[in-house]
Amino acid sequence: METSALALFKKPWVLITLLVLLFLPFTMNNIHFHHVLIMFMLFATLSQAWNVIGGFAGQVSFGHATFFGIGAYAALVLLKRYDLSPWVGMLIGGGCAVIVAVLIGYPVFRLKGHYFAISTFAVAEIAERLFANWDFVEGAIGLPAPVLPEGWINFMWYKTKMPYFYIAFALFVVVLLIAYKMNRSRLGFYFRAIKQSHEAAEGLGIDTTKYKMVAMAISAFLTAICGSFYAQYILFIDPPSVLSLDISIKIVLITVLGGAGTVIGPILGAAILIPLSEYSRILLGGTGKGLDLIVFGALILFISVYQPQGLVGFLRKTGKS
Amino acid sequence: MDMEILLQILISGLLMGLIFALIAVGLTLIWGVMDILNFAHGEFLMLAMFFSFWMFSLWAIDPLWSLPITVALLFAIGVGTYYLVIKKVLNAPGLTALLATFGLSILIKNLAQFFWTPDFRQVQGAILGEKTLSFFNLNVSLPELVAACGSALITYLVYYLIFRTKTGRAIRAAALDRDTALLMGINIDRVYALTFGLGGACVGVAGALLMNFYYVFPSVGGLFGILAFVTVALGGFGNITGAFYAGILIGIVETAGGVFISPVFKYTIVFVMYLVIISIRPKGLFGW
Amino acid sequence: MEILKVKNLTMKFGSLAAVDEVSLAVKKGEIIGLIGPNGAGKTTFFNCLTGYLTPQNGTVQFDGHSLNGMRPNRICRLGLARTFQIVQVFREMTTWENVIVGAFCRTANSADAYQETMEILKFTGLYEKKDSLVGNLTIADHKRLEISKALATRPHLLMLDEAMAGLNATETIAAIDLIRKIRDRGITLIVVEHVMEVIMSLSERVVVFDSGKKIAEDVPEKIVKNPRVIEAYLGERYHA
Repeated sequence: METSALALFKKPWVLITLLVLLFLPFTMNNIHFHHVLIMFMLFATLSQAWNVIGGFAGQVSFGHATFFGIGAYAALVLLKRYDLSPWVGMLIGGGCAVIVAVLIGYPVFRLKGHYFAISTFAVAEIAERLFANWDFVEGAIGLPAPVLPEGWINFMWYKTKMPYFYIAFALFVVVLLIAYKMNRSRLGFYFRAIKQSHEAAEGLGIDTTKYKMVAMAISAFLTAICGSFYAQYILFIDPPSVLSLDISIKIVLITVLGGAGTVIGPILGAAILIPLSEYSRILLGGTGKGLDLIVFGALILFISVYQPQGLVGFLRKTGKS
Repeated sequence: MDMEILLQILISGLLMGLIFALIAVGLTLIWGVMDILNFAHGEFLMLAMFFSFWMFSLWAIDPLWSLPITVALLFAIGVGTYYLVIKKVLNAPGLTALLATFGLSILIKNLAQFFWTPDFRQVQGAILGEKTLSFFNLNVSLPELVAACGSALITYLVYYLIFRTKTGRAIRAAALDRDTALLMGINIDRVYALTFGLGGACVGVAGALLMNFYYVFPSVGGLFGILAFVTVALGGFGNITGAFYAGILIGIVETAGGVFISPVFKYTIVFVMYLVIISIRPKGLFGW
Repeated sequence: MEILKVKNLTMKFGSLAAVDEVSLAVKKGEIIGLIGPNGAGKTTFFNCLTGYLTPQNGTVQFDGHSLNGMRPNRICRLGLARTFQIVQVFREMTTWENVIVGAFCRTANSADAYQETMEILKFTGLYEKKDSLVGNLTIADHKRLEISKALATRPHLLMLDEAMAGLNATETIAAIDLIRKIRDRGITLIVVEHVMEVIMSLSERVVVFDSGKKIAEDVPEKIVKNPRVIEAYLGERYHA
């Protein structure tokens, strides 16, 4: 069994796909296209992060937007009020997310699957409401990024999206490596064991509560990092844009569509759903938002009923085997 | 503390709570029998409310009279959902069933938004109208009172059906041990379909009653749905009596929270209460 | 040297005592057979010992540690492993992946765990099927897999719950052979079985449960002649 993470790059198709992705923005100098690429990588990474707890450890969370929001707000608030570089803010945001994850996780992980899922709903709703009424973060009015000279230190650019693209790409690759490596390590095996049989896992020496918390912490940290990136990219955030249930749902949908519990699933799912979502919003304006969700809903329904393993399962059946 | 205000809160909370209870009972029934958490439950409620609204708006049928029609429609939707969706995911691993009903909820909500627009709709000029009753300085909204009483009645009927009839026994048998029930000659398929239909019917009643004084919009299922989940979890999954008491508790806490802390946070308080209780009693207040 | 000492273990469900004041001492290196009619409380007993159930009364001492109130994972790491009557394999993983989960109990290093897994698979005879999805395994293989997973945790005491149910004659002989080999590795065994030949040929001592109580404990030859045991299995009228 290959245990080195870098072995991922030895696979030819991975290297090719990544290189293609890297050069894609240069094929079309269209700002919408660049935006879609960045969103694709962001959501693929977010789904990869969700996958750790949702797909691998099998604990479905409908509240991941909470961590996304914590990351987003940490970066911008610390920048605005304390002139702290967003890179540092990102790490602090990640840390806060981990603390929240552990605080929630501790009482809630002893619960059976559905109680946990509902608890994540409850937490997400509480978080959105709290942030909307908290003056320190400008509440419901929203928090714009301060206008600072662009560049790497301030983590903001106005004239071009390319640096954002590179950062998103780096994030994408790093998290992909993490997921790949984790899958081959004790952590990954333990997560999968917990998901497939809680009892058997305990009987083999796995402290299920501890490992579920570890999964949650990793997932929360990575999600928050993505949130910080998003804040610096969009340059304006408010509770509906970073803490809403819609974001949580989107992440779940992408992962399930692509195939939860696999490394490639989130990428496939994002590759289909993000362009669909972004372009339908661009083309159809306001009503587009409802239309793409109709498609999402139908897709998820279809996938759960006929192909629970998602696209990955579909490809496995028709392609390789 | 003014006794009147306390009583007013208690009563208002109780009324809304009874309605929450009925919605939750439908959900907990499905869970208890089939081990399925119907994420589309809130959307079913929304459909019930919209049906009630459209029958009034288009054909001038008062929500009180159209109630049986709404209930029948929702029962049919419940049964239909079972045969088209649920049946296929019954034996699939945990995540799948959850996501199937989740996908369904998103689909229904956004279809409603697409066809009926996100506008808020209200029934104006119904029989129950906006009348209020006053006694001992307390104000009670008539439609709310009727809705609460109706909900309590239907909840009791469901309880009676499950615990005191032969059909109910079949349902309980299927809930306890599917394979044995099958061996005893119970048609599990029909029991499941009936249960899902019943869940739909509960929500049909609640929705039709709510339409007398509440407003409907495509996303209304969201909040009621989450509240229903929380109620069910609090009362213990599968526990009808638990859901009943939990619903009342949530209604009162929500109303009290709105008055004593802030209307903005009234549901937040409910969620916090849920998290606290569930940490102490992982199987809900009355879980088994 | 006693590796397991159980005193007055009682597990009640409501007013029903599924395990009723059971005491048992197991010496290191023994093979103990545990028999009794269905519903006698054998699996409940296992569940109590391994932390899946919390007994109302009694103490359990294992290898110098008190197991009272411990969670299953901690008990496993102390060296007490068990197989499940209804096989609890990880359905979406292959054979070797199932076993490596157990191996990770003793090491965090993937390469070492993999090595250990291969060794165990060769020992239990599942090496050829290491890459099969568990869904494709036969019943006999499933039972072997259960044992392999438990062995990977390097237990000092292994409890087998009906590891031979559903096996044919050839498979049963192979299973008996495997159990002997496990004992030869220095692992103490408690074996729950219904198949009499297996219990008689394997056990040094046989413990008999009935309705939650331990009704007899002796060498195999004497157990088959014990009137209380015969009564438990065949009922009063067949008192030989």
